[in-house]
Amino acid sequence: MTEHKEQTEQLSVASSPHIAASESCTSIMLWVVAALAPAAIWSMISIGLPAVQVYVLCIGSVLGTEAAWNAIAKKPQTLLDGSALVTGVLLAMCMPPMLPWWMSVAAGFIAIALGKLIFGGLGWNLFNPALVGRAFVLLSWAGVLSTLPDKGWFRTIDVEATGGLDAISGATRLAVAAADRAASGGYGFDLAAQYQPLLWRNLQGSLGEVSAALLILGGVVLLVKGIIDWRIPVGYIGTMGLLSWAFGSDPIFNVLAGGVLLGAFFMATDYVSSPMTKNGRLIYGIGCGVFNAVGRFYGPAPESTTFAILFMNGLAPLIDKMFVPRTFGWVKRDEE
Amino acid sequence: MSKAAFRGGVHPPEHKEATAAAAIEWMPVPARLVVPMSQHLGAPCAPIVAAGDRVRRGDVIGSVDAMVSAPVHSPVNGEVASIGVCLTTGGMRVPCVTITPDAEQDLETFVPVPEGDVRATVRAAGIVGLGGATFPSAVKLSPPKGVSVETVIMNGCECEPYLTCDHRLMVESPERVIAGARIMAETIGASRVVIGVEENKPDAIAALRAAAGDGIEVHSLVTRYPQGAEKQLIWAFLKSEVPHGKLPAAAGALVHNVATAAAIADAVELRKPLMERVVTVTGRVKRPGNYRVLLGTLVSDLIEHAGGFSGEVARVVAGGPMTGPALADLEVPITKGTSGIVVLGPDEIAPLVEGDQPCIRCGRCSEGCPMFLQPFAIANHANRRDWKTAELFHPVDCIECGVCSYVCPTRRPLLQLIRLAKAAAMSKGAKL
Repeated sequence: MTEHKEQTEQLSVASSPHIAASESCTSIMLWVVAALAPAAIWSMISIGLPAVQVYVLCIGSVLGTEAAWNAIAKKPQTLLDGSALVTGVLLAMCMPPMLPWWMSVAAGFIAIALGKLIFGGLGWNLFNPALVGRAFVLLSWAGVLSTLPDKGWFRTIDVEATGGLDAISGATRLAVAAADRAASGGYGFDLAAQYQPLLWRNLQGSLGEVSAALLILGGVVLLVKGIIDWRIPVGYIGTMGLLSWAFGSDPIFNVLAGGVLLGAFFMATDYVSSPMTKNGRLIYGIGCGVFNAVGRFYGPAPESTTFAILFMNGLAPLIDKMFVPRTFGWVKRDEE
Repeated sequence: MSKAAFRGGVHPPEHKEATAAAAIEWMPVPARLVVPMSQHLGAPCAPIVAAGDRVRRGDVIGSVDAMVSAPVHSPVNGEVASIGVCLTTGGMRVPCVTITPDAEQDLETFVPVPEGDVRATVRAAGIVGLGGATFPSAVKLSPPKGVSVETVIMNGCECEPYLTCDHRLMVESPERVIAGARIMAETIGASRVVIGVEENKPDAIAALRAAAGDGIEVHSLVTRYPQGAEKQLIWAFLKSEVPHGKLPAAAGALVHNVATAAAIADAVELRKPLMERVVTVTGRVKRPGNYRVLLGTLVSDLIEHAGGFSGEVARVVAGGPMTGPALADLEVPITKGTSGIVVLGPDEIAPLVEGDQPCIRCGRCSEGCPMFLQPFAIANHANRRDWKTAELFHPVDCIECGVCSYVCPTRRPLLQLIRLAKAAAMSKGAKL
């Protein structure tokens, strides 16, 4: 009896349930990072030090900003929830490899500070933080990115370090295709012949576009683990393919090229900025596909993934309001 | 083929292996019994004995003249030591009768329940829902006028992790369950009797099928928590939703736990009042098992009988870990609704999280909710004490199964917040 008395004092009391699933916020975020890792590592291997620099600076800037913000605001540190790491990796993957170091740092700061922290931190942001960072870079230095002056603050990565990969500063396949289309309505090159390089080794484009195959692999891992809902990538990619075909282009090329796969599997599926209802997720995925396709074929620039997803992020809360599920038992019954 | 169950739910690790094969055995009569006067939903009983009175096993020691109530019987021959107040597993203080049992006990004999029809017998025997809800069974056997109940559903799901008391009862006494089911169906004029058992208990399904005669269907259901919740079980069989604010009878069904059925059979056929029940004692105890325990036995005595704690203990739960209350004090009695004593270690309980954790809007709570609620929404509004908005998301429909809190990756206390919203809504007149 006395033994029990002693042990009673150690008993903790809490509201039921007393057990919890093993999945935590951190474990989910680390799975996302793991799913991105093959594509990210392959981009570093393919491009070399300039890519490594972008990853290191973007991730470092995102983590450093969040840590500093928490310290200044005297809030508990939140780096261990893993979400800032995901933002850093995703941000780097939507940056071009030849980015001046200070642009990487600025993009990281804007992404996490304006994309997440000023909203109140994890869970409260309306937009995907990584895409906020990318939109900031696109809008601020759009012209600069295409014609980087190699002097002063704009000094780019040492060309020697790229091992003579001058292709990486060339126009992307998407840009060439769009220019061809605008000029003649057709394409000056065979889109189907681009499948293989887009799948395995594409050095024209963002770091996340180096291998479509590895992105698909990562996406499938997240689907199998139940971390992302199939409705968003299927709605997004399906719509993108269908509309590309309807607009008279090659659907497979248009799904593989640009940021569609990275966007559909990893950006649009961000929990915080996407709808929570199942039907809402399907509508949201389809909406991303529609805006991405329309933007690509009729917008000012072929790279429309960023703004398509950001726009749908803004609509996500409204979409959720449209699809509040019917409570079990709230059935319409004939008056008896 | 197992039936597709219901939409939502989870499948937590079952942890039933420690006791699933352990035959039910009597726990010896303890040195004292503390018998609460309120072991059921409804009006508490008043003690009708006084300190120093002799009581026999089966004597009524507490009763009340109210429609929704159940009398309390002495589980032993002995002497009333005192009338007082005790703490229950649920943390309430209720009147109780403390009995000192005689040294010699014959648990085979008892004072029989007075003769009467089935409803009167079930009521006089003090039978309540033994699955944990403890609603007086006689009331459930009297559906409102004009409502016809075609189907009696026997709940043998035992979907809570760790618990095996119903499992063992179905394996060892399937004929009692079947007999009880027949009595109930006859009493309310139901034409169909179905027994639902989760597919993780194939031996129970086989035993029931062997004992079941014509007209009784035994179904294997997908193992998924909370399959044993009343509304979800009705849906599994009838594909019919109990309408909001209505009783299961409105869907044409009556649901009873298998242990309740066995107790009803004992009451009607043997005139035996409810004086003991099977309790699964498991987790961090040295001798986990399924024990037949006299009502009023202290949890501390039961744990001692089960060999005492083994290893580091962080929490003791009365019932299953998804819905049962945590005990702050082990000097509380086993009552009619106590299906288990689950002893959990520090690495087994849900981690205690400090401060307000963010909702990352992953949607797992909505996907898991068997009532199709949006727990995150109710909890978010409840968290800022915005009861009005919270009520729009139907907190009163919550069955408190705990799935939302279980799956939440940031460990937000969703169910706890929903309970607050539910209480707020009900205090303004919202009906269950």
